[in-house]
Amino acid sequence: MGTRLGKQTVRLDSKPVIQSWAAIVGAKEGHGPLGRFFDEVIEDEYFGEESFEKAESKFLRETLSKILMKGNVSTGDIQYIFAGDLLNQCIAANFGVRESEIPFFGLYGACSTMAESLTLGSLMVEGGFAERCICITSSHFCSAEKQFRFPLEFGNQRPPTAQWTVTGAGGVMVGKAGDGPRVVHVTTGKIIDMGITDANDMGSAMAPAACDTITAHFRETGLPLNYYELIVTGDLGEHGKNLCLQLLEENGINIKEFYDDCGVMIYDRQRQKTDCGGSGCACSAVVLAGYILEKLSRRELNRVLFVGTGALHSPISVQQGESIPAIAHAVGIELI
Amino acid sequence: MEQKRTKEEYKKWSQQQAPKSPKFKNSVMAFLVGGVICTIGQLIMRALLDTGMSKNDASSLTTLFMIFLGAFLTALNVYDDIGRIGGAGAAIPVTGFANSIVSPAMEYKREGYVMGVGARMFLIAGPVLVYGIFSSIIAGIIYYLIKS
Repeated sequence: MGTRLGKQTVRLDSKPVIQSWAAIVGAKEGHGPLGRFFDEVIEDEYFGEESFEKAESKFLRETLSKILMKGNVSTGDIQYIFAGDLLNQCIAANFGVRESEIPFFGLYGACSTMAESLTLGSLMVEGGFAERCICITSSHFCSAEKQFRFPLEFGNQRPPTAQWTVTGAGGVMVGKAGDGPRVVHVTTGKIIDMGITDANDMGSAMAPAACDTITAHFRETGLPLNYYELIVTGDLGEHGKNLCLQLLEENGINIKEFYDDCGVMIYDRQRQKTDCGGSGCACSAVVLAGYILEKLSRRELNRVLFVGTGALHSPISVQQGESIPAIAHAVGIELI
Repeated sequence: MEQKRTKEEYKKWSQQQAPKSPKFKNSVMAFLVGGVICTIGQLIMRALLDTGMSKNDASSLTTLFMIFLGAFLTALNVYDDIGRIGGAGAAIPVTGFANSIVSPAMEYKREGYVMGVGARMFLIAGPVLVYGIFSSIIAGIIYYLIKS
């Protein structure tokens, strides 16, 4: 039934198994350094649909069917699906799973949604309420720009701290039994707000939250700092990654050699002109479901701490001068 | 975790380390791109004047040409690239104004011609129009008072 280790961390004693996973991405991600790890690369940004919102739903829907297919199960074998995205009222997820007939929880954790859904899905399996859960998220560069920034064809200049929303969807199926990477610890983040008001500088807003959750994880689990071979944050980008490392070091946590950030990994920042790197729900989701779980299944990695990071603002809150609250959730994934 | 910095200190600390805009390069590019756009305008103006058109008519027609050019290049997905390179050099001329109206119109077409294109067209240009007209009224009143 799991053991509570501290204020934020739970150890999952049954160690739910990540039974299958899939990631479908857009062209830019497919042409990036991790391109060969993804299940599918879709060159058409509309994905054959008539709007970007519909395209994003299709990314999620296709990824869902891929997870089911790779896990060799049908929708009837799934008890819950936890899904979310960046659009208002989470429409990409709502419409993406509309026809699936799986009991559904819609989540909003901004770009931390993958870690949030994986946490909840694993807890549901650990609690014995589900045999299998799907945890899945999506984002789309074009629909996110439309919602949070300017129209695509508007000729504005991107500030150097800006990040590029990842187009795609990634997800996993967690279940009770089987082989595969296992979810062993979950550390749920608190909202941290250090007063950053610049919506073009998410790295600065989210770095303290990532630092807080990683610190809590090591404090509450008592694990040695070199326990994980890879500690990976969601989408801090180059600037946020740098800040996070320094903040951790001030807390006595020196993890420089095995720390990376999905937003930094997914693009070649110079060649692809993505400034500080990738962001969006799909950023951490596709790096987890494409790259990290693949590495774990090939036993090239054994223990990974996956830390989803999210900025919990809206365009309205930014216009009203509110600062940007941030959150980070950590999930310890291990091969047993 | 106890924060070692206050919010103000954190903001300052993080901004110090943030990658900086290449201000010099941006200024040079804005100068060049803005210059090219204005030169094109000037060429059109000269050509129109050479046809014997009055200066007033020629400048109105030149503005129309430039607005068309901005809108046309936006529709061809080119003006956003010009804007990315040219910054204010591409935004300040009337071609940039056309871009700011045409780009949301294209973006919101899916939401219909009334609530989409119609309602969102002035999303970016709206404030420019509102305060442009407002300040022209103020300027007009001041001019009137000085004149009388």
